Amino acid sequence: MKLYSRLSIDRKRTVWAWGFLTVPILFYVVIRFYPTADAMVLSFQSWNLLGARSWAGLENYVRLWNDPVFWQVFRNTFMYLILGTPISLVISFVIAYNLDKTRFLHGTLRALYFLPFLTTAVAMAWVWRWFYQPVPIGVFNNLLSSMGIGQIRFLNSTTNALPAILAPAVWAGLGFQIIIFMAGLRAIPTSYYEAARIDGVSNWTILREITLPLLKPTIVFLVVFSSIGFLRIFDQVFNMTTNDPGGPLNSTMPLVMMIYQTAFSSYQMGYAAAQTVVLFTVLLVVSLVQLRILRDR
Amino acid sequence: MSDAEIKVSAEGLMRQTGTYKPPRDPMQIVRWTLLFMGAVVMVMPLVYMLSASMKYPHEMFEMNIIPREPTFENYALVLSDGRFLQWFVNSLIIAIATTVSAVFFDALVGYTLCKFDFRGRYIIFIAILSTLMIPTEMLVLPWYMMSLHFGWLDTYWGIMFPGLMTAFGTFLMKQFFETVPDDFLEAARIDGLNEFQIWWSVAMPLVTPALSALAIFIFLGNWTAFIWPLIVTTDQSLYTLPVGLTTFSVEQSVQWELIMTGAALATIPTLIVFLVFQRYIIRGVAMAGLKG
Repeated sequence: MKLYSRLSIDRKRTVWAWGFLTVPILFYVVIRFYPTADAMVLSFQSWNLLGARSWAGLENYVRLWNDPVFWQVFRNTFMYLILGTPISLVISFVIAYNLDKTRFLHGTLRALYFLPFLTTAVAMAWVWRWFYQPVPIGVFNNLLSSMGIGQIRFLNSTTNALPAILAPAVWAGLGFQIIIFMAGLRAIPTSYYEAARIDGVSNWTILREITLPLLKPTIVFLVVFSSIGFLRIFDQVFNMTTNDPGGPLNSTMPLVMMIYQTAFSSYQMGYAAAQTVVLFTVLLVVSLVQLRILRDR
Repeated sequence: MSDAEIKVSAEGLMRQTGTYKPPRDPMQIVRWTLLFMGAVVMVMPLVYMLSASMKYPHEMFEMNIIPREPTFENYALVLSDGRFLQWFVNSLIIAIATTVSAVFFDALVGYTLCKFDFRGRYIIFIAILSTLMIPTEMLVLPWYMMSLHFGWLDTYWGIMFPGLMTAFGTFLMKQFFETVPDDFLEAARIDGLNEFQIWWSVAMPLVTPALSALAIFIFLGNWTAFIWPLIVTTDQSLYTLPVGLTTFSVEQSVQWELIMTGAALATIPTLIVFLVFQRYIIRGVAMAGLKG
């Protein structure tokens, strides 16, 4: 204490700063950095949770490279991204753009669109799973049959299951994207629009030449943010395919689910760790590539 | 000034003063109707879920939204064994505790990195920010091994510890503390407050909107969290609501009205909170999203 009172004001503040940071630094080192390093080390090891960890060199990665299931999973993971990101961004932009021009019951409409964002993915996965059931129980197929259209196999088809699982994820994310888009639209100064209207420019040109270019930061943020979300899809797949995880025939299995299964069903921790390193790399590369492409344009 | 210019500038003025009413043209009515229909489609899954939860099994095969004989028997049945209540309490405790911890520490660290000048500040900021790049799914394996080693499996602490601080929140709070003028803090310093008091009683009240936005995000994230609670718990009495719901739904297999009741029980609390705090939540989401 005596030592402290002799310090200058600046020094005292430095002592306070490090005091404030002690617990957080400990947290980030123990709960974030050490586990990251540990996961990377583990990816070069072989371990079944019980015995000792033994070095395996590149074995896990070689095995991954030669595993046809992994390549299927890799394709699936990117399918979620390639379908999910553009579809959800286009829909949410169209809604936000029009909602921004609407005054009547504006708040109510906005609230209705936002509502699904607050739901639990697990609960909604089960709701949609019910919708997808065959007649007489499933809502969608009941609707189709009442219109005289044939049945669609949603979750038990290798081609339809992935989009069917993606749908609730897109649906639940729209509300967030709409709110962000609308905040971005609000931030564009109205004087630009006024000037354009004096010049007699069409709405379409205003949208293409003013709105979209000025909205670029918002678009970049949403593209990166939603892409990361779709690449990490898990809750929906897990809950909609509990009878055949990631099925049918692995056609819906994303990378995160493969990691979960490898680690906690087969207890191949080293192999699972190698998969997490791949996931990390994919997320990093996709984000960087998107930032690069979108910023340049 | 042409007619168009007068019209446009008057509109701008009215927009600023909030008295602007767009002219009623047919396009506007079409737009509104389409938006309204879209909104109805958006909430349809929730409506169907609530409707099914109040139907008897034999009515589940019909498409009517309003049940002919509305019943709360499904709720009574689902709640009867007390598991849902337990899971609800677990989720609530965990979400509240992590939210309090994360908001406290994120604000403290954000403030320190924003308002204190010391060597190493930049490195620490970059280090914390860099953890945003690491996906949770990569960390769950080491977290599981840690929990196994320290006996944290099947404990509240085990479910909570990964979320006690967040890099996103730290970054967000640092951004918001930039808006707090240094003069305020300096005045408090001259009044003899210590640095903790300055942060807690001078700086924090000035960023309450940001704090509540962050709290909403963190609460929601923990309330809906699935993969980590799924991994770290095997004892049913420690399940969180999403994990419990999965187990429950698998047990029911084809009794969709009971599954929908479970889903409704997991959804209704957040919907009520949203309806009460709607404006704040939407503003908070927009604020956090734009700064983040």
